[in-house]
Amino acid sequence: MSQIHVSTTINGDPAEFLCEPDETLLDVLRDRLGLTGSKEGCGSGDCGACSVTVDDRLVCSCLMLGAEADGRDIGTIEGLAEGEHLHPLQRKFLDHAALQCGVCTPGFLVAAKALLDHNPDPSETEVRYWLAGNLCRCTGYDKIVRAVLDTAAEMKGA
Amino acid sequence: MLDKAKDAVIDREFKLVGSRPVRPDGVDKVTGRARFGADISAPGMLVGKVLRSPHAHARIHSIDIHAALQVPGVKAVVTRDDFAENAKHKDVLCNVMARDKALYEGHAVAAVAATSAAAARKALKLIKIDYDILPHVTDVDEAMRDDAPLLHDDMITSGVDPAPEKPSNVARRFEFGHGDVDDGFAKADVVIEREFKTEAAHQAYIEPHACLASLTEDGHGELFCCTQGHYAVRDICASLCGLEVSKLRVTASEIGGGFGGKTTVFLEPLALVLSRKTGRPVKMVMSRDEVFRASGPTASTSSSIKIGATRDGRITAGQGEFRYQGGAFTGSPVQFGAMCAFACYALDNVKTVGYDVVTNRPKQAAYRAPGAPMAAFAVESVIEELAVKLGIDPIEFRLKNAAQEGDKSSYGPTFPRIGLIETLEAAKAHEHYSAPLGPNQGRGVASGYWFNFGGATSVSLNIHPDGTVALVVGTPDIGGSRASMTLMAAEELGIPYDKVNCIVADTASLGLNETSHGSRVTFASGLATIEAARNAKTEMCARAAMIWEISEEAVTWEDGHAKPAGANAGDFEPMSLADIAKIAEKTGGPISGHFEKNPAGAGASFATHIVDVEVDPETGRVEVKRFTAVQDAGKAIHPSYVEGQFQGGAVQGVGWALNEEYVYGPDGKMQNAGFLDYRVPVCSDLPMIDTVIVEVPNPGHPYGVRGVGETGIVPPMAAVANALSAAAGVRMTELPMSPPKVLRAIDDTRPSIAAE
Ligand code: FES
Ligand code: FES
Repeated sequence: MSQIHVSTTINGDPAEFLCEPDETLLDVLRDRLGLTGSKEGCGSGDCGACSVTVDDRLVCSCLMLGAEADGRDIGTIEGLAEGEHLHPLQRKFLDHAALQCGVCTPGFLVAAKALLDHNPDPSETEVRYWLAGNLCRCTGYDKIVRAVLDTAAEMKGA
Repeated sequence: MLDKAKDAVIDREFKLVGSRPVRPDGVDKVTGRARFGADISAPGMLVGKVLRSPHAHARIHSIDIHAALQVPGVKAVVTRDDFAENAKHKDVLCNVMARDKALYEGHAVAAVAATSAAAARKALKLIKIDYDILPHVTDVDEAMRDDAPLLHDDMITSGVDPAPEKPSNVARRFEFGHGDVDDGFAKADVVIEREFKTEAAHQAYIEPHACLASLTEDGHGELFCCTQGHYAVRDICASLCGLEVSKLRVTASEIGGGFGGKTTVFLEPLALVLSRKTGRPVKMVMSRDEVFRASGPTASTSSSIKIGATRDGRITAGQGEFRYQGGAFTGSPVQFGAMCAFACYALDNVKTVGYDVVTNRPKQAAYRAPGAPMAAFAVESVIEELAVKLGIDPIEFRLKNAAQEGDKSSYGPTFPRIGLIETLEAAKAHEHYSAPLGPNQGRGVASGYWFNFGGATSVSLNIHPDGTVALVVGTPDIGGSRASMTLMAAEELGIPYDKVNCIVADTASLGLNETSHGSRVTFASGLATIEAARNAKTEMCARAAMIWEISEEAVTWEDGHAKPAGANAGDFEPMSLADIAKIAEKTGGPISGHFEKNPAGAGASFATHIVDVEVDPETGRVEVKRFTAVQDAGKAIHPSYVEGQFQGGAVQGVGWALNEEYVYGPDGKMQNAGFLDYRVPVCSDLPMIDTVIVEVPNPGHPYGVRGVGETGIVPPMAAVANALSAAAGVRMTELPMSPPKVLRAIDDTRPSIAAE
């Protein structure tokens, strides 16, 4: 099998890579592009640790082929902060201690950002259902939900 | 003496301890920069993969690796032949790589290193193993039967006198207690006896096991891995691979959850040996499927409980028999289960017996308060049932019998100052306890106990010339501990939080540290941090004394400054840590504080949980509507992370109570090795988890800390069962209380619709 040449955009920057036809976007990001912020918790779409956005849609990068990134706009955790300014979600996660081990955190942040982009004023229930595809084994979700709600409140006020 | 220490703790006013600053490793973790086990690579690195037994129990006649070695890109294959027998770590070795038998489905039988994952996978398919399939057993009660398939021909039950003549699957027997239970039951007005079963639950950390190993021909090794205890990894790997401990440097990566499950080795020795064989670094990462099938869940259990009480609510006797299977090797946590079962109660007559049983399942690993949650599920269910039967409020009933300072514990020692009663009082006073309930809803309560642990600890603290401080600990940070260590160091030195930077050192850079387990980190590394800071202060006072030309005793440390101890000492301008540090070179060289100890006095932590559930009588689905976790933290150093421990433990307990289980088919193979079918709680399953931090200072720690990591998982299963019983009038005695089981129980209570 010969490798596929892919031209894409990652966090706003043009990117090119070669990948195997059966290689997932997650493997490409982690192993070929050195973007190890996206994590593999399951490889089967069940944990959300690999969450990225593809043309502003929230996607499990373990369920998408690298080849499918061609011509798309990919957003990963590495693109969430702007320069030295953390995204409000990142700040609130720190303030609320919404992470313990932190391995789920990149996935939660990418998913939460996608939520707030779609719905800037979610209810607690909406937050809980939107984030139901992201597993966190450490926190019991309490502080994560509070951090997201608090971010929404702050961004609305801004 | 004890009282003095206690008062000193209580009287102390803290400036930083008890505040909630941002953790030092926080930015790395919200930006994706933190490096977890699978996140680093090395030049020339190979990929390692493991071949695992498809059979639950099989003799391995031969392993043919020739075809596998022909695959382009494959550099080495290792099997049992690559590891020498090891008397000290016999079971670990056998678990890491099967010897004469595969003892469970998923048991490693060979490993490959190749230039790509695809080549490694292809090679695995070409390894030919000649198996002789044997009968298997996965259920604990079946494994104890005389006619059960035997896992180990030489397993003679220990702890039985006289020793049995025949081998069995029962590795060990334990017994604890005091008084005369028969006498106690005779005095009881009400006696309740029940049988319980709990299924195995996996720690289900989101980060699978991962490591990167490099081992040279002359025995110099480096290992980067996600572990709760890199010193333990070093010692075991050195032993299994025949290395000198000083030549194997292990660095703990950031760790994506462990909960006890990352306290041993799985891939690490394989990666090291593959690296030695190939002369290249080897990276290995488990798939989620492998995590479920081949790393350790906790034990599945069955137990028999009998408790008697008088009409006025005094427990006269408690008795329990606990049978835990811990997978294919000895080591289920039944001993801890039997010890913790009745630890909440001051009993005149108590007896517990535990049986450690082996089955054809993966070797269990510790899981948060190992052994205690299953015993508490059983005992606390019966306690609640007794309270209801006697018409006494369940918290009142527990208060009447609660253990306190000076009571002889059910497993032997006499309790020092403990906080069970305080948690019960706080729960009783909580608004949640008297809030109204809706239809199909019920409220349950349960208490729980965990010992907590000290263990070998070493900490260094270096004062830098610019007045900042490096704090070097050896306990991997599994949930924000760098923040609490930093708080304690800054508090003790009297400097701002952000002037201290805490790192986790590798095994070559700091003395021995026991694994981050047993809720020991904030207690033990915290104690060592405070003592190291005190040693540094003593040295800084000596430097000031030298500058002032007065005696060392005439200098004291206050608010981050060396000061003359009194008017007689002389009149000198106080010197700050930064002042002293800046000129340290001229006063004798670098300043550091160091401390090593095996601290005792970890200080047990008790918890009481209140939970409201709603049961759907049509489907049997149970939903947690409200949860309040009350627990004694001794002293909460960083309250947010203390709350986080309570909440995380509570939710893991809810998962174990309602959904999580290892499902085995008749072939002895796990049927649900993925997060879709092994269902851990998700965000939409849960309400907020309220917390109450009770602070009954631990006299064994300079600031009063008690470990908080584990106790939180002990009460939830019984609390949920008790709530379910109140909501639907059914007493569930088997975990998980999944919808089909609950529905069946509810249906059994309905008048049967015989004629249709
Ligand atoms: S790794 Fe993609 S969903 Fe778990
Ligand atoms: S913080 Fe550890 S899994 Fe979420």
